[in-house]
Amino acid sequence: MHQAEDWTKLLVEVIAAATARLPEDVTAAIRRGRSQEAAGSLAAMALDAILKNADLACSERAPMCQDTGVPIFWIHHPASLSTGMLVHACAEAVRRATAQKLLRENAVDTLTGRNTGNGSAPGIPSVHCEEWDRQETKVELLLKGGGCENVSTQYSLPDSKLGADRNLEGARRVILDAVHQAQGKGCGPGILGVCLGGDRGTGYHEAKRQLMRRLDDKNPVPELDALERRLFDEANQLGIGPMGFGGKTTVLGVKIGTLGRLPASYFVSIAYLCWAARRATAVVSAKGDVTWPS
Amino acid sequence: MAKLNLPCDEATIRALRVGEEALLSGRMITGRDAAHHWLVGGFREEVAPYLAGSVIYHCGPVVRKNPDGSYAFVAAGPTTSTREEPYQAEVIGRYGVRGVIGKGGMLDKTRKGLVEHSAVYLHAVGGTAQSLARAVVRVERVFKLEEFGVPEAMWVIEVKDFPTVVTMDAHGASLHETIARGSRAVLDKLLGQ
Repeated sequence: MHQAEDWTKLLVEVIAAATARLPEDVTAAIRRGRSQEAAGSLAAMALDAILKNADLACSERAPMCQDTGVPIFWIHHPASLSTGMLVHACAEAVRRATAQKLLRENAVDTLTGRNTGNGSAPGIPSVHCEEWDRQETKVELLLKGGGCENVSTQYSLPDSKLGADRNLEGARRVILDAVHQAQGKGCGPGILGVCLGGDRGTGYHEAKRQLMRRLDDKNPVPELDALERRLFDEANQLGIGPMGFGGKTTVLGVKIGTLGRLPASYFVSIAYLCWAARRATAVVSAKGDVTWPS
Repeated sequence: MAKLNLPCDEATIRALRVGEEALLSGRMITGRDAAHHWLVGGFREEVAPYLAGSVIYHCGPVVRKNPDGSYAFVAAGPTTSTREEPYQAEVIGRYGVRGVIGKGGMLDKTRKGLVEHSAVYLHAVGGTAQSLARAVVRVERVFKLEEFGVPEAMWVIEVKDFPTVVTMDAHGASLHETIARGSRAVLDKLLGQ
């Protein structure tokens, strides 16, 4: 596949998959949460509503949530493909998907306040291309809604108010604080993508990258794996529950990565993702065959 | 489960209590950031009749225009309500609004406004845009579409059995406050404070 039009069509399909189909590991995590909530509780009602809505969106190939978010693309491609072509194809795919009502008219000119009407604007979509030495191309997409973006947050350690030093225990303390601050406003049960280190920009970016991981994967770094599991247990003790209605299901997963940092800085960046974890991945072989790893 | 027909009177609203589920039917209007800012900038006579005795839905829908010029909601879940916190109480008082539908709850200024004007905050399940769009049976008309754009425009809609939960009532109770306090206590324990 070398033609921009072929890529644009494929990218519209990736957008459709993300907006309409909740990944099966996320659905499984929501079902697990549902089984732990008391019968007749508001938490159980909310999780049932979420599961029913996921079925509807999938069967109708329609947006599960009306806030279709900022489309963030990560593309790994061979040297034979042009980055510029792919970036343009992503923007064109977003405009087409917006016209098809797979996405909302979701981009506003910040100075004039006018909606651009086609889903694209400077910085939207957000596209990150990286050349690699394989022959296939991997396209990953995250549609990140505004409600959960607004409760995402970044801490600069040490934080004396939270007793957070520059270590994993300090990170644990600020991450739990972030979950408490978010309450139900980020459309919980949420998924936490976390980056330890980096600068203010790269930290958030890596935190969002972590959100592309499957919920049932295992962090290869033992101390991060232990922290992920501990935070999952502790966040779910907070009692915030689905939508902040109260209950046992406050987060569906915690995913933590690291970047190098300056001696002067220790950032903990937390990208909160709503239950509507709209991620999709497509792999295109050199011949143009497309597979959809979950 | 309470059933609410819109528009409704004060006594119906005062009977609702935090934690109760409520199914809404009748006419309501959407409004979010641009709309609230506009509503407090003067008395907007054109939309006032749609607000009086009814509810304002914090929602920026995905909308399809049909070949005959009518509109249909394609996806229509609630948006985060706290952004309207500076304006909500005033909008409720000025236009005689009986309720707000949104997600995430609202803060003290709105809580006081709900008590003063006998109104409620109704929580819809965030992200369930397909189910909720199905509860919107008709799009009657739209205000400020050109100026505000699709998500921010004020859409007058007719709903049937639109599912919500009362999370802030007309008597000053707030589920959000209760949950925030409870989770704070657990957090303090986890952090050893």
